[in-house]
Amino acid sequence: MIKQRSNWELIKNGIFGENTIFRMAISLCPSIAVTTGIRNAFYMGIAVIFVQVMVNVSVSAIRKIIHPRIRIPIFMLIIAGWVSVIDMTMAAFARPAYKEIGLYIQLIVAFASIFARAEVFASKNKMTSSAMDGLGMGIGFLVALVLIGFFRELLGKGALWGMPIIHSKPMLIMIMPTGGFFAVGFLMAFFNWIDIKFFGGKGASGV
Amino acid sequence: MDFGKLFELIIAASVINNFVFTRFLGLCIFFGVTKKMDTAVGMSITFTAVMMISAALSWVVFKYIMIPLDITFLKIIIFIGVVAAFVQSADTIMRKVSPGMYFKLGVYLALITTNCIIIAVPLINAGEGYNFIESLAFGLGSGLGFALALIIMASIREKLELADVPRPFRGLPISFITAALIALAFTGFSGLITL
Repeated sequence: MIKQRSNWELIKNGIFGENTIFRMAISLCPSIAVTTGIRNAFYMGIAVIFVQVMVNVSVSAIRKIIHPRIRIPIFMLIIAGWVSVIDMTMAAFARPAYKEIGLYIQLIVAFASIFARAEVFASKNKMTSSAMDGLGMGIGFLVALVLIGFFRELLGKGALWGMPIIHSKPMLIMIMPTGGFFAVGFLMAFFNWIDIKFFGGKGASGV
Repeated sequence: MDFGKLFELIIAASVINNFVFTRFLGLCIFFGVTKKMDTAVGMSITFTAVMMISAALSWVVFKYIMIPLDITFLKIIIFIGVVAAFVQSADTIMRKVSPGMYFKLGVYLALITTNCIIIAVPLINAGEGYNFIESLAFGLGSGLGFALALIIMASIREKLELADVPRPFRGLPISFITAALIALAFTGFSGLITL
């Protein structure tokens, strides 16, 4: 985090290097809860991008004013404020999706990933790079959610974004709760396998 | 007071709508602390207690402060404030009053504030319009359900340490697949009680 990195590198880091779900394995709750379809996953991802960018910018803007000892409550207030904003916006403009994922939108407030980025990155960096970092992290999250949602909806409902693609339901289990755990487990293992096979890594996604 | 209804509420919250396996909340903690039985048990105790007390506290705040002042739209900010303040004070009081217990459970308290389950319970209570006793029962049921999930998972993962897992699956992926199988078992409870 010390050396300056370009904006593109910051975004790339969020999508690949420190992908919230597959690499860091934090904020896992919505990765299963909202991924029964691509649409819900997409809306959730948009909400997270918005909150992450706004929180990073706000924290970065006031980083020189707040005393380090009271920073945790302050960060929490900032996060809760922006989550309220996106919560009410979604409730007004994306009604059908909000009915299904409303609770999880509200629970963005307790996301470890958002808090962690505010603490680790935004409280030490300029506003532009903080915004880019937030954008990268958010996009990484969105991509992960949509990827999981893609497999679950295609296999479980034979559809994408609510539109039928194949006219059968090959694996009904995938849209049940248990299917979410299976999908995330197998995708994680797949990325580990790529990492081990082609990049000589250790398969880092483990607690 | 209708005890049958309360019992149904507790059963529904703990087993049928189990937070981990059907609502998918608290997964970070669920995968984080279930490597050892001791930590899982400590976490379950702390969680159930904090969940009940914060459900009660936030019910009082919701009913007697937020509804009269018509500020229910601020519920996210206020609930997280209430929970964080309570956890912080519990931490301080426990350190002073019983250092032995603090040594055992204090670590988990620190982890609790930014956890989705703790904040989900007051939000669901407010959304469903439960009364005080029902809120307590819901908190208790959710806590027990979470404890059940943690203990099942911890006992499986202790055995899993000895198993020869394919390399890409080691660590989290195999835990996810284990959780999937437990979740499959828990779907058997659905439809047991319809509230």
